Amino acid sequence: MARPRAQPDAAVTIDGAPVRVFSGESLLAAANRAGIPIPTLCAVQGLSVWGGCRVCVVEVAGDHTLRPACATTAVDGMEVTTGSDRLVEHRRQIVELLFAEGNHVCAVCVSNGACELQDLAVDLGVDHIRFAYQHPDRGVDLSHPRYGLDHNRCILCSRCVRTCAEIEGANVWAIAARGAGSRLVAELDEPWGESTSCTSCGKCVAVCPTGALFDKGTGVGEMRHDRDVIGFLAAAREQGEWHDREQQP
Amino acid sequence: MHDHIVIDPVTRIEGHAKITLRLDAAGAVDDARFHVTEFRGFEDFCRGRPVAEMPSLTARTCGICPVSHLLASAKAGDAILAVTPPPAAVAQRRLANLGQIIQSHCLSYFHLSAPDLLLGMDADPAQRNLFGLMAAEPELARRGIRLRQLGQEVVAAVTGERIHGSWIVPGGVAHPLDPATKEGIRERLPEAKQAAADTITEFEGLLDRFTEEIAVFGTFDSLFLSHCGADGSWEHYGGGLRVVDASGAIVVDGLDPARYREVIGEWGNADSYLKSPYWKALAEPDDPRPGVYRVGPLARLNVCERFGVPLADEALAAFRERVGGVATSSFFFHSARLIEVLACVELIERALADPVLDDTRARATAGINARHGVGASEAPRGTLFHDYTVDDDGLVTSVNMVIATGQNNLAMNAAVLQIAQRFVHGADVTEGALNRVEAGIRAFDPCLSCSTHALGQMPMLVQVTTADGVVVAEARRD
Repeated sequence: MARPRAQPDAAVTIDGAPVRVFSGESLLAAANRAGIPIPTLCAVQGLSVWGGCRVCVVEVAGDHTLRPACATTAVDGMEVTTGSDRLVEHRRQIVELLFAEGNHVCAVCVSNGACELQDLAVDLGVDHIRFAYQHPDRGVDLSHPRYGLDHNRCILCSRCVRTCAEIEGANVWAIAARGAGSRLVAELDEPWGESTSCTSCGKCVAVCPTGALFDKGTGVGEMRHDRDVIGFLAAAREQGEWHDREQQP
Repeated sequence: MHDHIVIDPVTRIEGHAKITLRLDAAGAVDDARFHVTEFRGFEDFCRGRPVAEMPSLTARTCGICPVSHLLASAKAGDAILAVTPPPAAVAQRRLANLGQIIQSHCLSYFHLSAPDLLLGMDADPAQRNLFGLMAAEPELARRGIRLRQLGQEVVAAVTGERIHGSWIVPGGVAHPLDPATKEGIRERLPEAKQAAADTITEFEGLLDRFTEEIAVFGTFDSLFLSHCGADGSWEHYGGGLRVVDASGAIVVDGLDPARYREVIGEWGNADSYLKSPYWKALAEPDDPRPGVYRVGPLARLNVCERFGVPLADEALAAFRERVGGVATSSFFFHSARLIEVLACVELIERALADPVLDDTRARATAGINARHGVGASEAPRGTLFHDYTVDDDGLVTSVNMVIATGQNNLAMNAAVLQIAQRFVHGADVTEGALNRVEAGIRAFDPCLSCSTHALGQMPMLVQVTTADGVVVAEARRD
């Protein structure tokens, strides 16, 4: 039987519009419910908060510090701005740094046309990169029989880490090392195909925002992720109901 | 003491190159070199990538002939997956290649070479370009643009993009052809057929003006190599390799392209980034030049017995009558290109009528079943080989790409020397002589990079220097 949901008990103002919020709800969730888009690269409905990408930062009246909307709890009376020039410039800089840090070549990427980083860059008008490309020497792991991992395209959003831990419960993925040397590893930094805990469920691939995790054998521009599946599974589990996703409003 | 003449850059070709002419003490040309001065590096930076990405990666080698790389790469992938692509996929791949041959040949003839051929080798260089051609011969320029547009539209209809479509994949094609696109192509074919036939007739009428060029634009005996149907018909996608000599005698027939290394060697040049493939059986130790062979439209016409389509077969018969069987002058690359354009239009018409194109089963899927695969196809400029080795997971560990233009490298060098010896006399280099040396290269339509500009007028510097580098004469074209 589905659990009853609490009623909103507070209100905030987002971009001048009043929005009712639930107790403990994040600004990002409240904005999403109200149909106010806030870009993000690491937050996914149904996963724990990471707050790592910093793309979803917003301005809160009375606070000079930018706040990550995914990790900021909505408090009654808050006045929030989501799209000021300052915020757009901040997001643009983050996206440029991500492009400069990895090896992102959209034209020859399996996720070309279905990449959240690419979409965000387009939305923000990123037509050049002001920073020096680092051209890191990163590899590709095709040891898994069904999936591939291209470290060149990984932006360390940790969606796969959280998905595997929180939804599938296998805990295959982790982020190893520090700083610019950080990278996604399977288990104790083994080839993915040698992981004994991986169930090959593909949820990590489904939720990846870029072409870092992909179906093996996929050609350029062919990869299509099913990123909403995590929210569906989490909500179904929480509410104890599984609906036909295609029939969802 | 030797003097050197340097033509840098060579214009109205794809990519960047220069030509060096060495003069002997008497001022006569005694050596000539064609250098490709840009570095591409695909064979190196593709290592470590998944083989499934290779078609789209290697397509970026070129903006003119990306379909050729897509095809050769996907065929190498087919071999590594050890699959046979479904008939619908083969039909669509073929259709895309026919479209590309049309657009590339039209670019070569109408945009790059026609200014020389229509306006004259000695015409004012300020006018001897595409814009001058448009002013002098607007109908011809329009016809060329329309014909090339047809080729591009065929490629776009099949691959989704005019340039760098990602639709050709190992195992077949990524998605079936939309039947609705066929009608738009079919409607344009009658006009295209007429335009191609008219251009052949016009060019035929020009040939008497170029008897001297025909005689020295790379006119020599060599082998000719291309794909060929088992029945001797013209082939651009499948089948085996056939090699004929200058008399038309078959040297090799039905050779599996995967065995290319058995017959072709590759010579590295210290002064050029372009390798020089050679026919092993004829080359001498430390000298690949006796192993010169030619690929491309001229080779395909010399190799095949027929096109199998009426208008092109008529044109082929007339061409053979003119040249006396096998054409050994590289000037006739132009004729061969135009005849192939007509053939491609006819073959597209035939392909569109084949119901196999509508079959929705267009991709075979498999894992890595072989560690090595070779793919080959006929690019507009000639036979193209992609040779990959992969590890057990399908990551590419080595790449060898034998490009058509490279296979013509020895022939181009021989042609430059032959033309220079006829038209260049000492350090006093005329504009017409300089242009003829370039035009000799242009006849081969080399494709040196992804460069897609077709703007005619580029600066050129010709320097005559002593052996120790002292400039004694200079001709400049700004």
